[in-house]
Formats: sequence, C-alpha cells, structure tokens
Amino acid sequence: MITAASDFFQRQARVRPLEIAFWLATLLPFVVAPAYLSLASQIAITALFALSLDLILGYTGIVSLGHAAYFGCGAYAAGLLARHYTAEPLIGLVAAAIAAGLLGYATSHIIVRFRHLALIMLTLGLGLLVHEAANSASALTGGTDGLQGVKMAALFGFKFDLYGRTAYAYSLAVLFLVFLVARRVIHSPFGLALRGIRENALRMPAIGAPSLAHLRKVYTIAAVMAGVAGALLTQTTSTVSLEVLSFGRSADVLVILILGGAGRLYGGIVGAIIYMVARDQVSGMNPQYWYFWIGLLLVAVVMFLPNGILGGLSALHKKSQ
Amino acid sequence: MLSTKNLNKTFGSLVVAQDIALELPQGVRYALIGPNGAGKTTLINLLTGMLRPDSGQIFLGGSEITSLKPEARVRHGLARTFQINALFPQLSALESVTLAVLERERHAHNWWRRLASFTPAIDEAYAILASLRLGNVAHRATRELAYGQQRLLEIALALATRPRVLLLDEPAAGVPKDESAELFAVIAGLSRELTVLFIEHDMDVVFRFASRIIVMVGGRILVEGTPDEVGRDARVREVYLGKAGHARAA
Repeated sequence: MITAASDFFQRQARVRPLEIAFWLATLLPFVVAPAYLSLASQIAITALFALSLDLILGYTGIVSLGHAAYFGCGAYAAGLLARHYTAEPLIGLVAAAIAAGLLGYATSHIIVRFRHLALIMLTLGLGLLVHEAANSASALTGGTDGLQGVKMAALFGFKFDLYGRTAYAYSLAVLFLVFLVARRVIHSPFGLALRGIRENALRMPAIGAPSLAHLRKVYTIAAVMAGVAGALLTQTTSTVSLEVLSFGRSADVLVILILGGAGRLYGGIVGAIIYMVARDQVSGMNPQYWYFWIGLLLVAVVMFLPNGILGGLSALHKKSQ
Repeated sequence: MLSTKNLNKTFGSLVVAQDIALELPQGVRYALIGPNGAGKTTLINLLTGMLRPDSGQIFLGGSEITSLKPEARVRHGLARTFQINALFPQLSALESVTLAVLERERHAHNWWRRLASFTPAIDEAYAILASLRLGNVAHRATRELAYGQQRLLEIALALATRPRVLLLDEPAAGVPKDESAELFAVIAGLSRELTVLFIEHDMDVVFRFASRIIVMVGGRILVEGTPDEVGRDARVREVYLGKAGHARAA
C-alpha cells in the first residue's frame, strides 16, 4: 500500500521523460557523428568517472583531489590482466572493479576519519603516492612509457576497431548500467544516510548513525566505479599511460563535476560532454590556451551558477513554471 | 534509568565536571539549572559520549555505557537535542526523521531497496512529526522552517531514535517566550515512561515543568531535589541572587 507520506519518496525516484530522452540521445553519435565515436567513447568514460566522484562529493560531501588513484588502478589492472592472462574485456572489467575496490576500501579507513582541508590534502597525498608507486614499479607498469599495445579480444563477436563503434557502444552500455546502480543507491535508505552525512556529519552520531561505516562503504563503491571507468579507457584505447593516475586527471574530473553540477547524478555526464567537446574543439584551434578557457568557464559557473550548469537550468525551469 | 558515578572532566586547569553522581529514575522530568559556565552542556556531552570523562562511570538501564561511542549510546536509548539547531538543512523534515527511524531499525545501510518501499518507517516518521504539530510542514526543506519549528524538529529527531532517556539542551533557546510555553507543553506531553532532563534558564518554565531540579555550579552538583526544596535552599538563592525565590513568588 502506498501512503501519502511515502508518496513523496516515490515521486523523487520516478523516471522522468527527460531522462529517457537523454539516454536515447546518447545513441545519436552512431548516426549523426560517426567520425567522432572515439571522442564519444572518451566522453562516456569520463562521465562514468565523474559519476563516481559525484557519489562521494555531491551526495556525501567528501572532497577529493586524488580520485584518479582508483581510475588508474582499474586502468592498470585491466591492462596487466590483458597482457598476462586474458584479453576478455568483461573479465578485465570485473578484475579492475575488484582491484580498485580493494584499494578504495583500504584507503577509506584513513580518508573517512578526516574532514575539510585535512581530507583534501589526504586525498591529494594518496593520489600522489599511488602515482609515484606506479612510476617506480616500471617493471610492472612500464613507468613513464606506460603499457603499450594492450590487445583486447572481441566483445560478443564485435572487434574493437579504429572507428570506435564497438568502443562507444561498450563504454555507453557500461556507463548506463553503472548509472542505474548509482541511481538505485541514491534512492535507497543508504542514499538518504549519505545526504544526512553531507548535510550535517556531526549530527549523524546523535541519531544513532554509524557514519564511518557509511562513509567507508560509499567510498569503496565510488572506487569500484572509478576503476571500471579506468578499465574502459585501457580497453578502448589499447594503452595505459601513467597519466591515468596523474593529479591532472583528479583535478579535471573535479572541474567537470562542478561545471555540470554536483549532487544530481547527471551533472558529471553533462559536465563531461561540455568539457570534452570544448577541449576537442578549442585545442584543435589553440592547444596551449585550452586551460585559459576552462579557467574562465569555471570562474563564471562557480560565480553565477553555484550548483553548476544543471543546477542553473533546473532553477530556470522552476522559475518558468 | 540513567546514573553516573564520580564523573570527572577537566580542560587543562579548568574543572568542568567534578565528582558528578546522578541517579535519574524512569519517567521523571528533571531540570538542570545553573549559571553560565556551570558545566551543564558539558555534562550532557559526557553522558552522550561526545566527550570522554577523565574518570568515573555512566550507566543506562543497569548496563555500563562509559566506553560506548555516541551512536551506540543512542541505540541503547539515550538521545539528545542541541542548544543550537543541528539539523540537516537541505533535507525535508520528513526525510530527516525518516533517516533517524531507518538508522534505529538498522535499515540505513540498505543500498539496494527503494527508500519509498520502507513505508512503516516513513509512516512512523510522519506520525512523530504530526504529534509535534509539524505534519503540515513535513515536506518542507529544514532550512525553510520557522525557527520554532526547527526546535521541534530537534525533538522529533531525538524521539525517532525511540529513547528511554531524553536530554534536551535548552530546547527553547532563541524561541520567544509565548512560543516557549507551547514548546514545553509538547515536552510535558511526552510519554510518562520517558525520562527527560532539560537545561533551561527561564525559572518560570523550570518550576512549572520539572518534577525535580538539579543545580550545578562550577562543575559540581550543588543541590538536587524537588522544586520546593530547591526553591528554599539558601545556597541556591545565593547563586541566583534571589532569582529562584522571585520565580517561586511569581
């Protein structure tokens, strides 16, 4: 029986027509821009990475400057597995998820005990640690040269080709499935607890909530998602470069999420589309000034749209009603 | 129901709790009074585990809770509210209280089932809000609620944990005097099985709603007794410069 009180929660979790339209539109590149499928695949991967950050930042309030550690961990796990054991992409995906999840769970024990500036510095420090560890373990990771020529087996009979058809279909499908999981998490009791932590972490113990356990759990879930995104990058580009673990990647995904709008599931996806398309266009004309425009956009968004582009749009939509 | 033995706490050279021995039986309405800096909030922080005592023991319903974490004490039935609203600004009142109920029922770790399917928890949360006259604002974001409604939501959150002992740190702080009477009427109407201890500065309210009064000064319990006994006590009059006597006359 649905009562009036639970109706509210029902409505919150409802699938909106705009969402269906959005996901149908993600199929358009196959028809409209077949030359850009590789870019579309990169966008889907970045969107997945940003979605993972959204769970901890947007919904739980954990600001991280080292999220690339889990992305890179997944990327290397998938690369090493393909090189030494099996080229089966789905097995690689699972292995990467487990590897990144283990790293996430291990580091979560430190991360969740800190807040504010200390937390940001910790995530930054851990990110740098993992980056340098991968750099110095060059026998395994190839160091600054990275792993080249990671060959993948065909996926359900479809080969990974130069045009990126399989790559985009694969990345998009994984993004969609992980998105469904994230959506489910957000609309669960656990999702409500995460928002409680974000809104007032100190109050949570006073309602009997084991905040640290909640935090460890969401951090591990986010690490798994980031690892899956990293594995997709390895598998669709056939290489792993040390850059997957770089500070730049951690910073970029943060910028992407803030641009799109944190704490609204689609923010990371919208941010990734804008960021990656803009980079592709602008850096074609003027590669060295790329970050100038991103800086300008970031300043403008943070000043005028504190809830990101999606937040601005939804405020506009509410006003018009 | 709640008791302490020789509770001590110092911050450096400042003694904030000295040899605190309490014995709060079930169902009693206690007022905790004393001048600013007497250690009233510190005592609540010690009882709820937000602060660790230097020495001494705390018991709840016969079992010792001295070394339990705050959230574990809440699960044992010890809830509190805060002097300054400590709420979840962007959650609605219903979401906040539902969260507290879900945590109590240990459903809040569930990340797969839909929140909307937990109807008993949601209905209970709504009933708690309705009983505190917050039913009509249940879907409003907390930050949009009037101040007095936020004070009530503080109590609603504490009640959602189904406490045996409820500690209220100045529940009417910042609420206009006429509204504060309404707030205390709500507190007076709480279940008689619940032990309540509240910190309050308004002596009219204290003498009207408390069945017993604890007076703290300088980290020590000066007097404990019925309103009559406390009102007659010469030491209390001295501390309050005649304020307590005045309140009794009023």
